[in-house]
Amino acid sequence: MTDTLIAGLYREGEPIADTKAPGGDISTKWSTRQFEAALVNPANRRKLSVIIVGTGLAGAAAAATMGEAGYRVKSFCYQDSPRRAHSIAAQGGINAAKNYKGDGDSTHRLFYDTVKGGDYRSRETNVYRLAEVSAAIIDQCVAQGVPFAREYGGLLDNRSFGGVQVSRTFYARGQTGQQLLIGAYQALERQIGAGSVEMFARHEMMELIVVDDGSGPRARGIVARDLVTGEIETHLADAVVLASGGYGNVFFLSTNAMGSNTTAIWRAHRKGAYFGNPCYTQIHPTCIPQSGEHQSKLTLMSESLRNDGRIWVPKKAEDCEKDPRDIPEEDRDYYLERIYPGFGNLVPRDIASRQAKNMCDEGRGVGPEVDGYRRGVYLDFAEAIERLGEDAVRSKYGNLFDMYERITGENPYQVPMRIYPAVHYTMGGLWVDYDLQSTIPGLFVTGEANFSDHGANRLGASALMQGLADGYFVLPNTIRDYLAKGPFGPLDESNPQVREAQDSVRDRIHRIMNMNGTRSVDSYHKALGKIMWEKCGMERTEEGLREAVEQIRALRADFWTNVRVLGTAEGLNQSLEKAGRVADFLELGELMCIDALHRRESCGGHFRAESQTEDGEALRHDDEFAYVAAWEWGGEGQPPVLHKEDLVYQFIELKQRSYK
Amino acid sequence: MRISLKIWRQDGPATKGRMVDYKLDEVSEDSSFLEMLDLLNEHLLEQGEEPVAFDSDCREGICGQCGVVINGEAHGPERTTTCQLHMRSFRDGDEIVIEPWRADAFPVIKDLCVDRGALDRIIAAGGYISANTGSAPDAHATPVPKENADRAFMAAECIGCGACVAACPNASGMLFMGAKVTHLGELPQGQPERDARVVRMTEQHDHEGFGGCTNLGECTRACPKGIPLNVISQMNRDLLRTGFTA
Ligand SMILES: Cc1cc2nc3c(=O)[nH]c(=O)nc-3n(C[C@H](O)[C@H](O)[C@H](O)COP(=O)(O)OP(=O)(O)OC[C@H]3O[C@@H](n4cnc5c(N)ncnc54)[C@H](O)[C@@H]3O)c2cc1C
Ligand code: SF4
Ligand code: FES
Repeated sequence: MTDTLIAGLYREGEPIADTKAPGGDISTKWSTRQFEAALVNPANRRKLSVIIVGTGLAGAAAAATMGEAGYRVKSFCYQDSPRRAHSIAAQGGINAAKNYKGDGDSTHRLFYDTVKGGDYRSRETNVYRLAEVSAAIIDQCVAQGVPFAREYGGLLDNRSFGGVQVSRTFYARGQTGQQLLIGAYQALERQIGAGSVEMFARHEMMELIVVDDGSGPRARGIVARDLVTGEIETHLADAVVLASGGYGNVFFLSTNAMGSNTTAIWRAHRKGAYFGNPCYTQIHPTCIPQSGEHQSKLTLMSESLRNDGRIWVPKKAEDCEKDPRDIPEEDRDYYLERIYPGFGNLVPRDIASRQAKNMCDEGRGVGPEVDGYRRGVYLDFAEAIERLGEDAVRSKYGNLFDMYERITGENPYQVPMRIYPAVHYTMGGLWVDYDLQSTIPGLFVTGEANFSDHGANRLGASALMQGLADGYFVLPNTIRDYLAKGPFGPLDESNPQVREAQDSVRDRIHRIMNMNGTRSVDSYHKALGKIMWEKCGMERTEEGLREAVEQIRALRADFWTNVRVLGTAEGLNQSLEKAGRVADFLELGELMCIDALHRRESCGGHFRAESQTEDGEALRHDDEFAYVAAWEWGGEGQPPVLHKEDLVYQFIELKQRSYK
Repeated sequence: MRISLKIWRQDGPATKGRMVDYKLDEVSEDSSFLEMLDLLNEHLLEQGEEPVAFDSDCREGICGQCGVVINGEAHGPERTTTCQLHMRSFRDGDEIVIEPWRADAFPVIKDLCVDRGALDRIIAAGGYISANTGSAPDAHATPVPKENADRAFMAAECIGCGACVAACPNASGMLFMGAKVTHLGELPQGQPERDARVVRMTEQHDHEGFGGCTNLGECTRACPKGIPLNVISQMNRDLLRTGFTA
């Protein structure tokens, strides 16, 4: 480690590398790894126990598969039922290289599109494997009864999705996430019924238990709070899997579910798991704009709308207040079609988002003013309605139009919709190797909670694919290599390291409950969200990020003296739950800003104002930044330590992305 | 808008509950019903009173976690989830009564939160297709006629919120079960376990303390996803075929 403090904010440590991916051609790596990974005899599996935190696509699929294989599984989620995990909200679809349309799709093309879409900041080996197993996901889901859209002949239908030129997206109207999750949930319930999985709903993981019995540290369990009784419970196992989703709620306003949080991965980070690319946030271009201060979340409108809707703003700022129907064609600026004639309204998400913000920054935004600023551009279906007829538009997008009308009170068949970008997904997460194992042995991380597959930007319909790939096919095969060395020796609650973990949870709760401050948890969350959105959102500058770090530190200090949580810790207490989550966001937010600050390039959803081409496009610096930033917790009050994993592109040529 | 609220407050499963009155000024018509409760909770906190506990997560009408009885109706006056109900559905000066889901099988945990774990246990009893991971045939191996696929999809839209149970005078879970039985029963993949599924789910349903269906139709009127009553007839037909008698 360099002792020097870089930029006054962090230190640099030894480089890091993934040592698990086998050599050889990219197309044989996964089969090689599966063959080389040790097997666990079926009779021995029930002696091995695994904790899986999270029941979204990644967690439910893993728990169902591990349970079915005969391991003893404990599964956790904070909702009242595993079926409600945030994956349920995904609307658009799931990609798979099936080439059912015969349009030239293949594993290699899906691999290529994903690496390019991620702006060359993801790991080749992981992405190739994702593309490779994608086809089996669809087979698995259909066998479970997932009702994907079908054609009249009874075969599955596909569509194309933002930034991609083949039709490889499978969908179930606007509810793909729900239908896939119900499939995984039913598979999970089947194992719960069979007794191989024990389910702990309304339980929140508060701490990771890492035990060193002389053979080095290993993840051996979690401390969880029963959210109904308030009881602090200890659960021990041979391995722990975190499938706890993304941390987009650090921005307060996002499309994530209200409870989505960082606690599980952040606690693990503090225990030694490195955090990969924390600043990579995806901003989704087609969300319903904020209407006022009362708002608690933002709602996404499926990206599929961009297939038929045309995006525009008035040419003249004076027109922004007018009824859009009174603005003649020649006074409208269809800016995406103008700037990117090749892709038009279908440019990738980061580009569509940033241009929308640019239009609003120029004073050409539409809709109500919030904080003196109009956040909105039109997504207009007038032409589609004329071309296809209102009925055809209704059958394609009806449920989305209804949702829009319900939320805004406006009828999108008559008045153009208003959309604005919103935080949607986080590409950063705990660093994992090819086996999905973190830097703590025995701690595995899957789905949105890990960093590996999407680089600096995620293409549409790829997160569902990754969650299910990890859960059904990857993790169950890689974790056995680790479990084959187990069981890892008896352990009980009297172990000092277990005790320490329990005590730290109790202390923290005690501190929060006894602060007797004056300010609500939500008000801290909103304040943090504002800082993050303005300074670590779509566009970032050195100066802004430095200010953000200072502001977050001050806010965090204030939180720990002045937060107010009423009621008791012995029972359901939703303010207490939120307080724990916001406390962790207040630490993560700082790391996100430091990561954004150190990366002096623009890539994917990360636009550094200092790094742009003459015509304002994002400019990457591959010579300096073609690496994963893996951050090590430096200790309380200490700067974090940066470990770089070089990204080596052997099978795909690194190019500047251009959609012009 | 100004509104008055009457809200069910209950400290825990074992304590007695009561209705408590609150007043709110300056509610935006654009806020959702739950954002209105958020606002109330901020005020309560300022006054040193513990916020009202209520469940929600996605706030997009899809996770099924939210749900309260509003002025006597599950999810309130419109056919949607509580999180997608907006204050513009009410008028300035209205009084709104808010209670938790009412059903023996859904014990109250606190204030407006209830335990709907029984629904999961019904699914665990048989509401699935057994398909071990990794052994599935190619997805195109079994075409599904569009008509069946569409009907399966319609039934699969159930979000498991439990409004049907809360709305039913018998607190029956038949609409929820009928939806699952229809979803899986319409698909070729669902046939091998079709009989066992309906029997096991029904046994679990009765065991959990849900009531029987007497065809009142309140469930389908309250259902935010418009699950039709005929899924219950489909389920009953399946049950009859197996010769099961409850
Ligand atoms: C509105 C919306 C639409 C989307 N549409 C698409 C789409 O069309 N296609 C696509 O590919 N992707 C889409 N995405 C992204 C995708 O839905 C998510 O990335 C993905 O579902 C994440 O799955 P997951 O299993 O990793 O985590 P999640 O589904 O977020 O699950 C997290 C789980 O962890 C549990 N958990 C979290 N913290 C704790 C804790 N401390 N203790 C206990 N349990 C905990 C939760 O209870 C939950 O069960 C969309 C996302 C959003 C927000
Ligand atoms: S049938 Fe309707 S009301 Fe009943 S649980 Fe399903 S969605 Fe809710
Ligand atoms: S909060 Fe998810 S359906 Fe209402």
